[in-house]
Amino acid sequence: MRWSDIRGAICIAVKDMKTYYLKPPAISWGIVFPVSWIAAFYLRNPRDFTELVPGLVAMTILFSTTAAEAVVINFELRMGSLERLLLAPISPKAVLLGKVLGGTAFGFIMSAVVAAGASAILGLRPNVFYLLVIMSLSLVVFSSLGALVCVMVREVFEAQTLLNLPRFLMVFVSGVVYPVSGMPVVLQFFSRIMPLTYVVEGLRSAFGVARPATIMVDVGMLTVFLVLYLIPAMRLLERKFE
Amino acid sequence: MTKEHSAPVIRVDGLTKKYEDRVAVGGITFSVNGGEVFGFLGPNGAGKTTTIRMLTGLSKPTSGNASIFGFDVRTDIVEAKRYIGVVPEISNLYEDLTAMDNLLFMGQLYGLPRNRRREKAEELLNTFGLYERRGDLFRRFSRGMKRALTISAALIHDPDILFLDEPTVGLDVVAARSLRTLVARLRDFGITVFLTTHYLEEADLLCDRVAILVKGRIVDIGTPSELKSQVQREPAIDIGFARAVPDAARRLSAALPGLRIIEADDARFRIYGGEPSYVLARALDFENDCGIRLETINTVRPTLEDAFMKIAGMGPSVLLMEKGGKNR
Repeated sequence: MRWSDIRGAICIAVKDMKTYYLKPPAISWGIVFPVSWIAAFYLRNPRDFTELVPGLVAMTILFSTTAAEAVVINFELRMGSLERLLLAPISPKAVLLGKVLGGTAFGFIMSAVVAAGASAILGLRPNVFYLLVIMSLSLVVFSSLGALVCVMVREVFEAQTLLNLPRFLMVFVSGVVYPVSGMPVVLQFFSRIMPLTYVVEGLRSAFGVARPATIMVDVGMLTVFLVLYLIPAMRLLERKFE
Repeated sequence: MTKEHSAPVIRVDGLTKKYEDRVAVGGITFSVNGGEVFGFLGPNGAGKTTTIRMLTGLSKPTSGNASIFGFDVRTDIVEAKRYIGVVPEISNLYEDLTAMDNLLFMGQLYGLPRNRRREKAEELLNTFGLYERRGDLFRRFSRGMKRALTISAALIHDPDILFLDEPTVGLDVVAARSLRTLVARLRDFGITVFLTTHYLEEADLLCDRVAILVKGRIVDIGTPSELKSQVQREPAIDIGFARAVPDAARRLSAALPGLRIIEADDARFRIYGGEPSYVLARALDFENDCGIRLETINTVRPTLEDAFMKIAGMGPSVLLMEKGGKNR
């Protein structure tokens, strides 16, 4: 990737932040939904809430990034303005990367607020290095997943609906609210092919809820998922304009 | 005034685009010289936009070759894009950015230094009369203003070639006229303009050369004069009376023996085959005989529309449908 591609991708991400972050679908799915879940779990069981913080931060990352991707990609597909980006002297890969960075930044703001707020309120002392590594990687992974799904469809509502399938499946089998080790074996198997499982595990290590023994495995698996989502998403965008 | 054009800047050879079994563009070959306004004329669905999309990297050719300044559109399209600006048929800038922010963003994408892009954006906003509205969101603009800003965005990096896809569709008469003036100015600045349109009078006014595209194939190419000269030069004269002439067809045939007369309505007629001086003299005699004032008399010259209909093998009704197909 050339310098002009990297510069273009950053320009696109910054433009997306200015343009789309306050769009209703980004707010409802990216902010209201995870905040409602957090509030619901806190009200139900405030004493053991600390245990749930890693899972809820992971869920915030998942929903905020994918919701933002649906907005930054599908609004532009519908309006035809994505073509403007493809007419610029940058590669389609750079355009997709810019879109992924736009979702990543939105997810970072949301998840950083949740992680910092929870730490301050509950007096948690997370390992900041681990936290940043896992958060950064998972933000890009889920933005790429969002991009992969969103380039397949045209409308924002189609993208959000389609995204709900992997999102809700992951929320229920990846240890967000219930530990994977306590699930039936079949579900445990499913949880191992879900990226959110490794995000929850990594964040549990970062928040000191679990020992950091598996963090390198989590990083490795998330890197694999990143490749599995990002490269096909780039290829799909290119094929869309063939 | 005849303008000297330099070597070809766009070369197209056997360019083809197929969507499954349907051929959208079927092996077209042409070149566009530097500094000329080149028109792509054709009815809706002829393949004009598909051709532009292939030349600008938005669609991959199924076969054939095309290059811009020697850069192959298949392999070096990113490099080629530095030299081109594109105004798509739909004004597709960002609804939630202001006019100024839209232009600055486009300048950023093309790698213009910060000072230069602001300077250029201000210059373009002034040129298009939008400077006072620079802080307004794109979505608050009228259709004509959106079009103007979309063209500004395509010019932000001083392209050598400007692709204009149906530039006046959706514009009111005044905005369409301003745009035509602008295209003429671009030519004066040495910018090559590749224009698609199905408004024949627009192509006639603006283009140095025109290619006529029908069902994905170029059926003729040349200057508007060359194309018009292919239409049979049978003299034709339009005459119009102040009110309806009773039994007009029979009486006019008697007054102008041997000439072919077509009635537009009871008061207006087109007369083929007679020299203007002869028809004028007989028409004045007819005015005296029937006592109805002769109001208009015009010689009819072949238009690009006549040429298009002949070359493309289309009847007037088909062309009227094409014109009505998109609102102006």
